[in-house]
Amino acid sequence: MTQDEIYQKVSSTLVEALNVEESEVKPDATLQGDLGAESIDFLDIVFRLEREFGIKIPRGELFPESIFQGDPELVQSGKVTDKGMEELRSKMPFADLSRFEQNREVSQISDLFTVDLIARYVEGKLAVSKN
Amino acid sequence: MRWIWIDRFTEFRRGEFARSVKQLSLAEDVFTAHFPEYPVMPASLLLEGLAQTGGILVGEINDFKEKVVLAKITKAKFLREALAGDEIAFETTVLYVRPEGAAVRGRILANGEALGEAEITFAHLDQARSQQAFGDRNFVFTGELRSLLESIRK
Repeated sequence: MTQDEIYQKVSSTLVEALNVEESEVKPDATLQGDLGAESIDFLDIVFRLEREFGIKIPRGELFPESIFQGDPELVQSGKVTDKGMEELRSKMPFADLSRFEQNREVSQISDLFTVDLIARYVEGKLAVSKN
Repeated sequence: MRWIWIDRFTEFRRGEFARSVKQLSLAEDVFTAHFPEYPVMPASLLLEGLAQTGGILVGEINDFKEKVVLAKITKAKFLREALAGDEIAFETTVLYVRPEGAAVRGRILANGEALGEAEITFAHLDQARSQQAFGDRNFVFTGELRSLLESIRK
């Protein structure tokens, strides 16, 4: 499956799960901010991706939880600590953290979850399952 | 008004499929206002009956230890109305069960004919909101809902 095919399939999966227009699903669209996803939608998205791509997505792999739970070692005064950044990098190797790294506001973590991030995650999963 | 919108289960295959029925009597409270001289069952209550059927199917998988709550109706489609006098059947099939929640695909029939369909997502409350303390008591599966299932097992 090519990168483009994966993206198209991810896009149609999100259209179905979030009941949004295809035109709204752009690579840099954020799931929560732009596409209106709520926490329960993540469960639905995970299920649909598993079904569409024939992959297994363990709990917390695509949408990690620990960083969001206010652990003081990971988040202090609303900012992600060095340890928190390490945690993010290890749990979300598929995420582009370069922009987030600049301000580290925990409230902006949800902006990391874009359409493109999901496509990259799926790409990684498919590559691993092929090997 | 009692908030149970199924009368009894007619089929129950653990973790897989459940079918329940509801006889719509003209004596239902809901028909007093919805509508005078035109007793039509609100589609939202039909979805509630479907969700109760699917919720018990999902809850039983973990022996009712999880608090299974309706979280999202991904899609729903109705083909016709349900009127007083109709026998409604709710059929639900498990799509998936995960630690965080589950989903079912449902069909609603009136007197054996297709009336509607929906996909419903359930959350496991403790799992999905682990920081909130809901206590040990399972307020979702109270005696009334569970006894419905017992009736088919006797």
